[in-house]
Amino acid sequence: MLLNVENLNIDIATPNGSLAAVQDVSFRVSKGETLCIVGESGCGKSITALSLLGLLPKVAKRTARQMTFDGLDMQSMSKAELRALRGDRLSMIFQEPMTALNPLHTVGRQLSDVYRAHRKASRREAKERAIYLLKQVGISNAAQRLNQYPHELSGGLRQRVVIAMALMCEPELIVADEPTTALDVTIQAELLRLLIDLQKSFGMGMILITHDLGLVSRIADRVIVMYAGQVVEAAPAAELFTKPSHPYTRALLGSVPDPSYPRMKPLPSIPGTVPSLVSRMEGCHFFDRCPLACDACRQPIQLATIDKDHEARCIRVGKGEIRRKVVA
Amino acid sequence: MSDKPVLELRNVTHEYRGRRGIFSQSAPVRAVDKVSICVERSDILGIVGESGSGKSTLAKIMLGLLAPAEGEVLLDGWPAAGMTRRQIAERVGFIFQDPYSSLNPRQTVGKIVAYPLYLRGEGTSAERQERARKILDIVGLPLRFFDAYPNQMSGGQRQRVAIARALITRPKLLICDEPTSALDVSVQAQVLNLLLELREEFNLTYVIISHNMSVIQHMTTNVAVMYLGRIVEMNTSERVFEEPRHPYTQLLLNSTLTVAPGAGVPDLKVDTAAREAMREHPSYIAQ
Repeated sequence: MLLNVENLNIDIATPNGSLAAVQDVSFRVSKGETLCIVGESGCGKSITALSLLGLLPKVAKRTARQMTFDGLDMQSMSKAELRALRGDRLSMIFQEPMTALNPLHTVGRQLSDVYRAHRKASRREAKERAIYLLKQVGISNAAQRLNQYPHELSGGLRQRVVIAMALMCEPELIVADEPTTALDVTIQAELLRLLIDLQKSFGMGMILITHDLGLVSRIADRVIVMYAGQVVEAAPAAELFTKPSHPYTRALLGSVPDPSYPRMKPLPSIPGTVPSLVSRMEGCHFFDRCPLACDACRQPIQLATIDKDHEARCIRVGKGEIRRKVVA
Repeated sequence: MSDKPVLELRNVTHEYRGRRGIFSQSAPVRAVDKVSICVERSDILGIVGESGSGKSTLAKIMLGLLAPAEGEVLLDGWPAAGMTRRQIAERVGFIFQDPYSSLNPRQTVGKIVAYPLYLRGEGTSAERQERARKILDIVGLPLRFFDAYPNQMSGGQRQRVAIARALITRPKLLICDEPTSALDVSVQAQVLNLLLELREEFNLTYVIISHNMSVIQHMTTNVAVMYLGRIVEMNTSERVFEEPRHPYTQLLLNSTLTVAPGAGVPDLKVDTAAREAMREHPSYIAQ
């Protein structure tokens, strides 16, 4: 087991009171495995990722029953220990390559810095490593690119550089937060393919945060669906897409435009919006938008096991009623 | 009512002047290259293409914000070049991608929505407010938002405000530049459904610019595919999706990640040679 997170909670202090951004989230990632975290904006995906790297803003407070990386307790780590881990054995790809790169330094400098911070390497070794990785991510004239600044590169190239930077030290786990959302579809497909190929050849574990269900269906081994700070469903990918069990998962899958839907006719949609987490909710967080909500849903609801490795947070799970009613 | 096309572009070309330095001048960029498009009443034309393909320049030309260097833009059969901004605005409305930056954060929703009427000097203040209330109701926003500010709303709600503002002057044509790409899928479905409903109700014609092929497939009657400033394929939506002819269209469709459990990400291998071939390939434009 590479990463084990149990009962992760993140509270954010706001002027309007404390906000429970992440509530009791648990997941594991093994070597070579791809875990996808899906959900709408504001459901707690990105902050979960940041907390893994110890990059939470000051106003956020993290607690967890357990949080280990390769057996090391991440909660008791000092800042220095965490910094030594980050970028080396554990690295991250951010969504927006323009802000993830430093505009004042050349690409080469930024790539080398990562390597030299973690390995006792000479400038030349770091440079060679940088060229090697730029080639790996499909940049042809790598040596020349080293002397360029981020603003001289297109969005696709920049994101390639960010990926190369994350891979400089051959991490064991990579956390990618919407790595290709800002890019054109053709470049998106190309980069994802590249990332997956590299992941396989390095045997990395990967946590991919995205709201693109098409992408998730294609590459995830395991998926957790988050809604308003909670995990509402967790399952192996194949099972999640064939047997989605939580009404939210079903509705989310239903609202993706699909060629099988009659054209120019209304799409199934989820009424309303994600609730604010400032007012703590007792019962089901999806209550207001759920077509199956009833009085019993006002009670706190635990994740219930449906099948091996498949859990959902709904009182109707396993009763066969959900399938018929939700995507009508 | 005329039976002239709502919007027609004839051989529209637009170049951006190259950057001028002291010693050198970079070549001008031809953002839109001899584009001809005809949008009939109640059509929904989808325009797809990658960034830099000229989609947004084309949208600006359609909105009259940019005069094309060459070619003609006709609205209801009349040349747009001879119209004032206001005359164009009466016929063409628009909604932009980012509902966070396209609404003035310092004005209330009611003011934002009524503003186009104020600009046209229509009615009294009370009448304008009344019409703003009506249109907000039509786009499905509760009345309590009338005095709210954009920052108090979610992305989907803001996009409804943008739609209400575009429709308050009752244009016949609505240009939507990436109308849902900043929104979550569940909210995207709400906004798309709203656009479809409004089309029925107001007999609207849409031009939808998007890079989301699933959205384009669901929402459009016709599709124009742009690549490097040119339209490389144009046909009915069905034909384009069932039988894409141009290699760039095929590439676009192949790179779209539809829900397909376990299918992986296709290996597209788009190298320089492939790009070159796509550029040289003749366009396929159905009449």
